[in-house]
Amino acid sequence: MDAVLSLAPHLAAADWWSQLFDFSDYGALLALVHNSILAGAVLGLVGGLIGVFVMSRDMAFAVHGISELSFAGASAGLLFGVGVVQGSLVGSIIAALLIGVLGSRARDRNSITAVLMPFGLGLGILCLALYPGRSANKFGLLTGQIVAVDDPQLGSLVVIAAIVLVGVLVVWRPLMFASVDADVASARGVPVRGLSIVFMLLLGLAVAVSVQIVGALLVLSILVTPAAAALRVSASPLMVPLLSVVFAMVSMVGGIMLAIGGNGIPISPYVTTISFLIYVVCRVIAAVRKRRGISGRITVPATQA
Amino acid sequence: MIEGGRNTDVAASAASSASGPETVLRLRDAALGFAERTLWHGLDLDVHAGEFIAVLGANGSGKTSLLKVILGQQHLSAGTIDFLGEPVTRGNRRIGYIPQQKLADERTPLRARDLIGLGLDGQRWGVALPSAQRRRRIDELLTAVGADAYANVPISLLSGGEQQRLRVGQALAANPRLLLCDEPLLSLDLAHQRGVSALIDENRRRRNLGVLFVTHDINPVLDMVDRVLYLAGGRFRIGTPDDVLRSDVLSELYGAQVDVIRSRGRIIVAGTAEGPHAHPDGPHAQHDEHHDPHHDAEYVQERRPI
Repeated sequence: MDAVLSLAPHLAAADWWSQLFDFSDYGALLALVHNSILAGAVLGLVGGLIGVFVMSRDMAFAVHGISELSFAGASAGLLFGVGVVQGSLVGSIIAALLIGVLGSRARDRNSITAVLMPFGLGLGILCLALYPGRSANKFGLLTGQIVAVDDPQLGSLVVIAAIVLVGVLVVWRPLMFASVDADVASARGVPVRGLSIVFMLLLGLAVAVSVQIVGALLVLSILVTPAAAALRVSASPLMVPLLSVVFAMVSMVGGIMLAIGGNGIPISPYVTTISFLIYVVCRVIAAVRKRRGISGRITVPATQA
Repeated sequence: MIEGGRNTDVAASAASSASGPETVLRLRDAALGFAERTLWHGLDLDVHAGEFIAVLGANGSGKTSLLKVILGQQHLSAGTIDFLGEPVTRGNRRIGYIPQQKLADERTPLRARDLIGLGLDGQRWGVALPSAQRRRRIDELLTAVGADAYANVPISLLSGGEQQRLRVGQALAANPRLLLCDEPLLSLDLAHQRGVSALIDENRRRRNLGVLFVTHDINPVLDMVDRVLYLAGGRFRIGTPDDVLRSDVLSELYGAQVDVIRSRGRIIVAGTAEGPHAHPDGPHAQHDEHHDPHHDAEYVQERRPI
């Protein structure tokens, strides 16, 4: 009896650890969630690419706002039996268009987002409170979970992701021009306003698919953090999207694979932690480079600008 | 001989030697107004190839709006405007545009060469595929604006003057015939003001470009200016700096006593009384360390981080 008691604290710690990481029967579990891993990889690709524009258009906060309304839509979809996917799509597209149309300037955009966000969250909570089903599903919309993504779900995710992917690639160059310098782009005939609406639509779609996997509260970890990390270590228009996609995919797929080992812990802490650690490493690299004066500048002949 | 040939610089200079300087931009009896306010009217202006025209005037006198009209972003309320003999259209590649400097932050995924690349083909759909020809063209432009040393540096790490040099390169990328410069020297120090304006001057001579240069301070470009367009109170004066920048001419234009003081090759415009249309930034505007408060406010508003 005494011996058992003295072992208790040690056991508690072991329990805690094994709840976080438990890789017994890992192979069997992996086979069960291979759809989820595929979904994670697709999300990483889409999130990493669109994140580059989220950063250069200064829209991180707007992404958060859209994801809350996407959550409201998903909850409503659950409550009314329309479907979580459809609900979250409708919610995020409405939010994206509202923010796009009403907030063309950064300052307006922030206030519109701040007004929409709590409203969406409240609406979502109301729908969930009224929903009679299992509570685990409800929580999942906010914080993400490894639902066994079934084939039709994966199918719709891949289709939406493909639309976003093609859309982003088609508008890539003029959208970049408009994002970094709207005045000059507009002087060159780039349809700046139209592109901004197109981008909001694509962003809405990307948020909607992300919400279903990582949850509304943590969408930023795949739509913003990877791109922010990539921008710390590069400014090349090829390397930034490439790194951003790699970071997002590593976070998503790595997070899912670790989460399989956890006992009933949602996927999101794993994903957000990996994505955060990548960001920290990139910041450290940037700081070291700055201290050493590495910028790509050729310093031999000092030129007077 | 092609009259007003406009496809190559060679044709342009051939035409100009045959029939006087080619006119790249022509405004006739042009007026611009919003609701009840007329910014200017009765404006006749010919910008010739190779001509440097400074556009001066108080804030709100319609300098920037004039550029917007030329860019096809705003319509005249009366009169006509032709560029290379045809009515202006939106997004004409033969018009280069150099905006005022605004510092890029680290969220911008571009290096110096990429900024110039956007000037080359930034309006095209899709992604920019790397090609040897594109790269060579960008290298040429980088050399032309003296930006070789920082070709691969992220633009967020460049100084204001370096960024403005790249803006010149960006504007030259599409082989323009007309350069529109909207306060390109704003918030640059004196050395960079000289460097950037000399670069614009050098390129308009070499490429035979018409230049419309909106500025609140004519001194950095005084040696380069062929003519001045001075807008104030809904009216305007066009002529050489010596014809327009005179106490009597500007006093009449502002409808108030304005003193033009020339001192060691510099021109200082000082209003002794606030004219009916005088702006806080009005006739007192021209001194070295001047910062345009209106533009600064816009800048802060647009670039404000979250």
